[in-house]
Amino acid sequence: MKTKLLSVKNLQKNYYSKKNEIEAIKDITFDIYEGEFVSIVGPSGCGKSTLLNILNGMDNITNGSIEFKDDNIKLGYMLQSDSMLNWRTVLDNALLGLEIKKEKTKENINNVINLLDTYGLKEFKDKHPHELSGGMRQRVALIRTLALNPDILILDEPFSKLDYQSGLMVSDDVYNILKEQHKTAIMVTHDLAMAISISDRVIVLSNRPCTVKNIYEIKREKNLNPINNRKDKNFATYYDLIWKDLSEYE
Amino acid sequence: MSKEHQNYLKKLQKEKRIIIFFQLLIFISFIIAWQLLSDLKIINPFIFSSPSKIIITIKNLFISYNLMHHILTTLYETLIAFILGISLSFIIAIILYEFKIVNKIIDPYLTMLNSLPKVALGPLIIIIVGANTKSIIVMALLINLIVGIMSIYNGFNNIDSDLVKLFKTFKASKLDTLFKLVIPASYKTIISSLKLNISMTLIGVIMGEFLVSKEGIGYLIIYGTQVFNLSLVMSGILILIIISFILYKIIIKIEKVLIKTD
Repeated sequence: MKTKLLSVKNLQKNYYSKKNEIEAIKDITFDIYEGEFVSIVGPSGCGKSTLLNILNGMDNITNGSIEFKDDNIKLGYMLQSDSMLNWRTVLDNALLGLEIKKEKTKENINNVINLLDTYGLKEFKDKHPHELSGGMRQRVALIRTLALNPDILILDEPFSKLDYQSGLMVSDDVYNILKEQHKTAIMVTHDLAMAISISDRVIVLSNRPCTVKNIYEIKREKNLNPINNRKDKNFATYYDLIWKDLSEYE
Repeated sequence: MSKEHQNYLKKLQKEKRIIIFFQLLIFISFIIAWQLLSDLKIINPFIFSSPSKIIITIKNLFISYNLMHHILTTLYETLIAFILGISLSFIIAIILYEFKIVNKIIDPYLTMLNSLPKVALGPLIIIIVGANTKSIIVMALLINLIVGIMSIYNGFNNIDSDLVKLFKTFKASKLDTLFKLVIPASYKTIISSLKLNISMTLIGVIMGEFLVSKEGIGYLIIYGTQVFNLSLVMSGILILIIISFILYKIIIKIEKVLIKTD
């Protein structure tokens, strides 16, 4: 039995505007276990990003509960864009989180340097972000998040700003890095194929006000990297199932 | 270098030569036409003066009226008002950005102050501050400050929202966000606001000199008008054009140097 890291129960979230109260999330319940990769898909505007913001403590909840295994569980957040600071070198960009959290110890710096070296950025440490390809920048962004040694990574459509091919390659990279570092990940995406090929489980959300429509455990003949997982014989079946779930809302 | 590349460079050079040629042509034709029209009395030489008279006036100013002193006075006032203006705009823009509520509170006052022709405050400033250099600087500040604050503040607000979100995900403090994101990210905006600021400052300084001073280029122009020496007025304007052009070029140079290191 795997350890439960995070448990979301009957989460509800309302927004208030001058005119009315908007129910963004009606009722969401799910658990996240150590080491798994979970994707969250849903119709656009259904409140996926709101959910991530809530998990990361950047937004509060109206009702329900979010429980972590213990208080020491750390979250890392990776945004849609790589959000590099152009005036900083690659290394200084990767160290940004540590710097803000005042955890820029020698040990942590060395850890970041190691990560950069391991993931093909050895010669680029002193370069500036504009000298890197989109995929490389995304890797730096991931390392910037990993630098804080989070237990759970939150990925907010991390490949959507890349072109199709780089998106595939980078998703493979990210997947491998996360597996090697034994990280748990929650990814929001609108790309069904990506979600099915990369995840252990896929949570399908409904239209706003958002509820959990279905949770699929993705079973494969053999677990490979995301690109090759697309060739799995169950891939199309899951795709059809989830597509059917979502097409109800179009 | 390939032949096509060479041709391309040649084309660029040719275009540059054409531009310079016509720029000079316009300038020289203007001067000659002015001189001729004035000599032939087609335009009133007393009112419109002429290039030759202006040159003689400037020469005389140098010798007997201590022109350098007037130029330096104007430059000194401009420099003080410029530096004060930029620093204050920067500080006030930071306060407005960090404390959005302050911004909301003073917004109508800023708008009012911005739409008010500042020169209308001139007489009041003279009474409050006194008829001296100080009131010239206050005048210039009134004009450059509002524009400076607004352009820097807008720069702050135009920072990529993804970057702001990144700092939020790290739960960065206000100070960290300010020094590690807001200021470095608006570096270019701040530098470009220098350009706007220098011209605004010069407007303010000349306006101030019109109102109070006993020295400076603005004073020469207003004095020339009072004694009906239009050559003096024209000379003042010419010197002013040259000063503002040089100041502008200096700012552009500074801008280039600062942005290159980025």
